[in-house]
Amino acid sequence: MTNFDPALVDWSRAQFALTAIYHWFFVPLTLGLSFIVAFMESIYVKTGNEEWKRITKFWMTLFGINFAIGVATGIILEFEFGTNWSNYSWFVGDIFGAPLAVEGIMAFFIESTFVAVMFIGWNKVSKKFHLASTWLTAIGANLSALWILVANSWMQYPVGVHFNPDTARNEMSNFWEVLFSPVAINKFLHTVSSGYVLAAVFVIGISSWFLLKNRQIRLAKMSMVVAAVFGLVMSVFIILTGDHSAKLMAKYQPMKFAAMENVYEGQSKAPLVVIGLFQGKNETTGKEEFAAKLEIQNFLSSMAFMDANAFVPGIKDIIEGNAEHNIMPTSERIAKGKLAMDALKGYGEAKKTNDTEKMAQSAKVLEENYRHLGYGSLSAPTDIIPPVKLTFYSFRTMVFLGFWFVLLFVLALIYLMKNKIDHKKWFLRAALISIPLAYLATQLGWVVTEVGRQPWVIQDLMSVATGVSHINTGSVITTFFIFLVVFTVLLIAEVKIMVKQIGLGFKDGGNE
Amino acid sequence: MFETLSHTALQHYWWILVSLLGAILVFLLFVQGGQSLIYQIGKTADSRKLILNTVGSKWEFTFTTLVTFGGAFFASFPLFYSTSFSGAYWVWFIILFAFVVQAVSYEFRSKPENFLGTKTFDAFLFVNGLLGTILLGAAVSTFFTGSNFTIDSQRHSEWTMATRGLEAALNIQNLSLGLAVFFLSRVLAILYFFNTISNEEVITSSRKHLLYNAAPFVVFFLMFVGFLIFSEGFAVDPVTGNVSMEPYKYLHNLIQMPLVAVLFLAGVVLVLAGIIMPVLSFDKWRDKAIWMAGVGTVLTVFSLFLVAGFNNTAFYPSVADLQSSLTIANSSSSHYTLTAMSYVSLFIPFVLAYIVFAWRAINNKKADVKDLENEHVY
Ligand code: HDD
Ligand code: HEM
Ligand code: HEM
Repeated sequence: MTNFDPALVDWSRAQFALTAIYHWFFVPLTLGLSFIVAFMESIYVKTGNEEWKRITKFWMTLFGINFAIGVATGIILEFEFGTNWSNYSWFVGDIFGAPLAVEGIMAFFIESTFVAVMFIGWNKVSKKFHLASTWLTAIGANLSALWILVANSWMQYPVGVHFNPDTARNEMSNFWEVLFSPVAINKFLHTVSSGYVLAAVFVIGISSWFLLKNRQIRLAKMSMVVAAVFGLVMSVFIILTGDHSAKLMAKYQPMKFAAMENVYEGQSKAPLVVIGLFQGKNETTGKEEFAAKLEIQNFLSSMAFMDANAFVPGIKDIIEGNAEHNIMPTSERIAKGKLAMDALKGYGEAKKTNDTEKMAQSAKVLEENYRHLGYGSLSAPTDIIPPVKLTFYSFRTMVFLGFWFVLLFVLALIYLMKNKIDHKKWFLRAALISIPLAYLATQLGWVVTEVGRQPWVIQDLMSVATGVSHINTGSVITTFFIFLVVFTVLLIAEVKIMVKQIGLGFKDGGNE
Repeated sequence: MFETLSHTALQHYWWILVSLLGAILVFLLFVQGGQSLIYQIGKTADSRKLILNTVGSKWEFTFTTLVTFGGAFFASFPLFYSTSFSGAYWVWFIILFAFVVQAVSYEFRSKPENFLGTKTFDAFLFVNGLLGTILLGAAVSTFFTGSNFTIDSQRHSEWTMATRGLEAALNIQNLSLGLAVFFLSRVLAILYFFNTISNEEVITSSRKHLLYNAAPFVVFFLMFVGFLIFSEGFAVDPVTGNVSMEPYKYLHNLIQMPLVAVLFLAGVVLVLAGIIMPVLSFDKWRDKAIWMAGVGTVLTVFSLFLVAGFNNTAFYPSVADLQSSLTIANSSSSHYTLTAMSYVSLFIPFVLAYIVFAWRAINNKKADVKDLENEHVY
């Protein structure tokens, strides 16, 4: 592996993070609002009540504005794997390319075909056909999420592959194992439900604004009912799947888990730090010390492993090893990783000279040490520690907000049922402020996932630095800033248009 | 079913699919062509809206086809994906930016408070129509003219030119294909207007612009074909995998694959007929011309892709190091992945069927300005 500018890795990461975060500004609303609109239109078709048609059209207009920019930001991500992570793309193209292609064939086309019917078909197709198109758009959008999340889950927990030394890459050996990996299923459920919760908060928040302004009270309340029911169910579901995410993480990505919980020295009966405030790093050990914390005894062990006595490995155990709990020191994994890398090289050389004996020997060494391949490119064991504070705080904020949303939906339902919601000004304001909080929660979830897995682009197999394309850093910096400017300008345009459309209220179509 | 096929057969099957997607993509670029014509053909705000509404209901398809083309290439020929996208970094990014600004423009251009103003969004649409077509054409042309990269034994690629792919636009052959695609997209857009718009003003103006765009298209296309037939090509020895230059390679490919030659000629004839027939007899051909030229475009581009990849040819040749050139054999996914993906490809006819079904449902009559009042307008 040639040596190159370390800044290249950072800028490439920054660019990927920037574009992914922008894409994720728009995707969750698409995922959730598409279903909410489909519910509303179903009620319209069932009851024939024109008010529901106006409601459907109003939210559909907002959906369309958001959808367009979601698509615009997505195309960049798809090609960025090639442009900026080319070595990664070759290494995993066999597994990673497939979901992207399936997504195009199976999901994006459904979405783009029926979204056109949804928008221009009101007067052209029958009511039932239109309703079916709205549902298909929602299903298509959610299928888009499925495939890309399968791909992402594979990076977190690579299964269903074997390594082929002839081509120096992973090859898929079991498509179903990739698709139905426990991490993939749970990630899909947790992520799409985060979109549903966000969209429900969005609808409730905006409806609250109408109530605060004393405008279109009836239609706003009708919208709220749909969103509150959907939101309540999904916010409970999000906690269940979130809890399961953490359990899976403890099992498959123990270092991410240790960082997220700031467990430095592992222990049995580990306490859960509910809230903690960091003091700073201990210079000698590198341990992040708390200035203050609120703990629940034994709770981390029971949450993560459903056993209060279970041992939770800490950062130190993973770095230095822990014989009692069968954890290999990272230095040993680095040595094995280097063996694997050398064997891979040796295999290539032996192949050139047709030395079959050496080929077989190298292949054997490679196979034995393959699980540690990525470690071979690290320089020190501490390289595998992700940023602790960021993951710790991000996780806690997300979870805290998750509970807040449950409360929000419960209150909304209660006040709606008692017909008191118009008078609860504080609640209406809180609901409006919750819109940005929902965006914050989903973004922070990704920060936990992606920052927490550093330095891996594929857990244990490939480090970020190995996966990057060799481009001159200047080009990446330039495209980074172009993205920053273009996407920010588009975001401003979208927010302004959105605010204006909301201001226009529930009239026919929402277009002027 | 697919698992019994050899790796080579699967590679060929996937090259055919990718070629077909590429061919359909070029046809669908009529959306881009239409965007580059809004101010030339649309003299009033209403006629511009009418034009944008007719191509606007189709922009998603072009876009999605591009995305799927990228995804399918990644899945089936990942070494091409990783080499070309990282290597020709700037060409691809400019193409992508041109599509990013397009995606929002339709939805935003005529909305109140749109921050940048309608004119800016229309300019975005124009940029997309101009750069999207020329650069995609030029990028495809590098399949025949070669690029500057090397690949090591671990399949890591390095690009040897600091211009990062932009150098491709300086080659006359690449440029001629780029411009041919640009003018073709405008021709197709005009034929599409004939088919879908009933407004007299727009149609009269479109008829005038048909010849202005058809003439340069024919010139640039013939230039490209001339280069192609007379140039050397990148031949692969099927046994050793060694790549070497062969005079008249692409001409030989056409001769050695007569079916491809027939498809190519049929495609060219159909495109030309699609242009000429409505000139000769407008009323009779106005609705059908787009289909003739459309099918012709698909056949022509499809056969060009086959010429690039089949018959022991390197489809992504390297002029910096001949032996780094990519062929469908050395850049493909594993047997298992291609097999799994082939099952997925069985969905394609189903996808095409519902697209046709949905298009019919919303395109049942020609559009006129009065439709703009009660519909979703861009
Ligand atoms: C509205 C948004 C939202 C809310 C309220 C929650 N989450 Fe979440 N969370 C996400 C939105 C999200 C996300 C953006 O969708 C992530 C990023 C990647 C993923 O799988 O989902 C995520 C990731 C994520 C991860 C990391 C998974 C990984 O690294 O593989 C964990 C452990 C949790 N969540 C746990 C929870 C828990 C215990 C919650 C309890 C209240 C919770 N989340 C609420
Ligand atoms: C980094 C990986 C990702 C890539 C490469 C990617 C790619 C894309 C592309 C190319 C599009 C445009 C599709 C079209 O032509 O219509 C798109 C849109 C979309 N993507 Fe992503 N995406 C990524 C992450 C995600 C995630 C994590 C989700 C959901 C969980 C998601 C869900 C969607 C949805 C719902 C759309 C529809 C349009 C919209 O966003 O409003 N994507 N994506
Ligand atoms: C859409 C929501 C997503 C967000 C907000 C997000 C966020 C991030 C962030 C913050 C980083 C930078 C981490 C760091 O270096 O500090 C990152 C990196 C990355 N993410 Fe994601 N991610 C998302 C989805 C995905 C998906 C679905 C994939 C894959 C399919 C993916 C693949 C990557 C890759 C390849 C990198 C670059 C390597 C790295 O720096 O780790 N991301 N992402």
